[in-house]
Amino acid sequence: MARALVASLTETAATLSLRQWLLVLAALAVLVALPFFVYPVFLMKVMCFALFACAFNLLLGFTGLLSFGHAAFFGSASYVAAHGLKVWGLTPEIAIALATLVAAALGLVFGFIAIRRQGIYFAMITLALSQMVFFAALQMPFTGGEDGIQGVPRTAFLGIFDLSSNLACYFFVMAVFVFGLFAVWRTVHSPFGQVLKAIRENEPRAVSLGYRVDHYKLTIFVISAALSGLAGGTKALVVQVASLTDVTWQMSGEVVLMTLLGGMGTVFGPAVGAFVVLTLQNYLNAFGSLVTIVIGVIFVICVLLFRRGIVGELQARLGRRPS
Amino acid sequence: MLRKTLLATALGASVFGASVFGASVFAAGAMAQSAIAAELSDDMVKIGVLTDMAAVYADLSGDGSVLATHMAVEDFGGSVLGKPIEIVSADHQNKADIAASKAREWIDTQGVDMITDLVTSSVALAVQEVGREKNRITMVTGAATSRLTGESCSPLGFHWAYDTYSLANGTGTAVVKNGGDTWFFITADYAFGHSLEGDVSNIVKANGGEVLGTIRHPFPSSDFASFLLQAQASGAKIVGLANAGSDTINAIKQASEFGIVEGGQNLAGLLMFVTDIHSLGLNAAQGLFMTTGWYWDLNDETRAWAARFEAEAGKKPTMIQVGTYSAVLSYLKAVEKAGTDEAGAVAEALKSMPVNDVFANGGTVYPNGRMAHDMYLAQVKTPGESAGDWDYLNIVRTIPAAEAFQDPAKSGCALSQ
Repeated sequence: MARALVASLTETAATLSLRQWLLVLAALAVLVALPFFVYPVFLMKVMCFALFACAFNLLLGFTGLLSFGHAAFFGSASYVAAHGLKVWGLTPEIAIALATLVAAALGLVFGFIAIRRQGIYFAMITLALSQMVFFAALQMPFTGGEDGIQGVPRTAFLGIFDLSSNLACYFFVMAVFVFGLFAVWRTVHSPFGQVLKAIRENEPRAVSLGYRVDHYKLTIFVISAALSGLAGGTKALVVQVASLTDVTWQMSGEVVLMTLLGGMGTVFGPAVGAFVVLTLQNYLNAFGSLVTIVIGVIFVICVLLFRRGIVGELQARLGRRPS
Repeated sequence: MLRKTLLATALGASVFGASVFGASVFAAGAMAQSAIAAELSDDMVKIGVLTDMAAVYADLSGDGSVLATHMAVEDFGGSVLGKPIEIVSADHQNKADIAASKAREWIDTQGVDMITDLVTSSVALAVQEVGREKNRITMVTGAATSRLTGESCSPLGFHWAYDTYSLANGTGTAVVKNGGDTWFFITADYAFGHSLEGDVSNIVKANGGEVLGTIRHPFPSSDFASFLLQAQASGAKIVGLANAGSDTINAIKQASEFGIVEGGQNLAGLLMFVTDIHSLGLNAAQGLFMTTGWYWDLNDETRAWAARFEAEAGKKPTMIQVGTYSAVLSYLKAVEKAGTDEAGAVAEALKSMPVNDVFANGGTVYPNGRMAHDMYLAQVKTPGESAGDWDYLNIVRTIPAAEAFQDPAKSGCALSQ
């Protein structure tokens, strides 16, 4: 695993131009410096949702599959991580790994059923399946029903490093986030990712070229579910709560909104979308009932004026072909 | 001593921005208090109102709770231990994670000392945990779950206005005593509904009543026709609605279409607010039994307070909003008594003081954080009895505090064993 990661890193390093390298380093420097200026818990939440949106975008933006049930992966992973941390006393890396595995397994089941249909039918199947997960979360005793799981402890990373301070937790979450985004980036810029784009553009042509389209779709579905689970599990550690909010269909809708706002089909656009939505949620809520209205207005403006989303539009203006 | 005087002078001058002459006169007075005032973190007391501003509970908490908090601070005199009181508020959108992270942010970056309202059970439970971890007082007035002072109780968490136990058991006991001795339950099919139904069934049976049947409906539900027909066929005198929010509203509306009340059966809402009656209208809600912690038309004091609230808000207050007023007022009194805003000391002071204000008369705070006060069994008036808007309830019986709220020793809270 470690060797594969190093190999993949060196390979990546070789393909990046100097300018791209500088960009990556600058982004990392900003990530490291940011918690000293902005409230770290907020930043951690943004990173979790950004990863969630980027994982979702693997399906919507790069394979052309609109899943309307991604909250199921995000939410069940957050329940698993919260239960693992609180009741079983697991260390965070194990709890989150377990949550990711559960989400991946769930993704395998969902994907197996859903990829047989396309378009609106695909969306409806994923929605229906995620509503079943919602029902299970409401009824199962370990989830605490509508009360959720509260007071999730931030246990020590590897049993050694104390994460109870916000800053320590931030760097842990940052590591998870960077790993997750790297995984997304690698997936998109690989031969596998090229096939996905071919499927998105013209599925019958991909079939006629000899690709087993269903295998590709199922694989990307599982990868997307697993990364959503990674985000959900990490979120449970950050806000120390797992609740029904994470598995409702509104959450599935929110991630669609983040992705479209940031730029569907751009690698990091959804992260920007997540940042915008969460910033509005967090800083407008002091002004009463504005949050939902403002987000709605912004979405309408986005759809009317820049349909490619924030990052998509920027790339187009700067003359770069969206990948 | 000289330094202290200088300090006090400087303090007086900077805080009040008065003339040099005025400041030095004030310094003499400030000196006496400076030892105590130094105990306040950030030289102020900051109260956070975390509530639902736009969604389903906005009507019964929301802006009204913020207004009630302002009224409490105003009635307390605007300052405590010579230091200003500040209020912040935010919309938690009924999401536990937004509420928990907002509470953390308030405590970490803005020095908030106490958080109140906290409508929605998951929100209240999450924020009470944050308070426990960060050593801050939480005073829940909005949420219903009695878990807050049961298995999830915290030494710094208080539950003020009402809870599921007092509403359900108040209604259960009193209705049976008033002759409603056969029951049929329509229950929301999830943990909250089950526990509500279980609690009330036990009470009904303990008082010599009988449960003729129960039926579970999916949550949430909009069509109650088949459930209501079964309730009607059961012949029970009372149809108990073990659900909440829009489920209760839908069930009551449809019950009126089926003529359940005209047929001689009565409905009992186990979790209802006066705003629900307002939106249902008396035609649909008449004859319904419910328990409430407060009603605006109890006495001159409550009428005066409600009029003052209505002048600002344009509607009568709910028990949550008045409860928030009472909680904030009690908190400020406790800070004054403890001489500090350190949560442990304030919690101790809160538990040692009787609560006497427009909301509660002779209320006591149990060791598990539950504020026990008299509750009221009410029946909704018929359109003919009502004198107009907001004249909705007949108080049938006052339920004494000890009977209304659960014995803390039986609550399952480790603090009161």
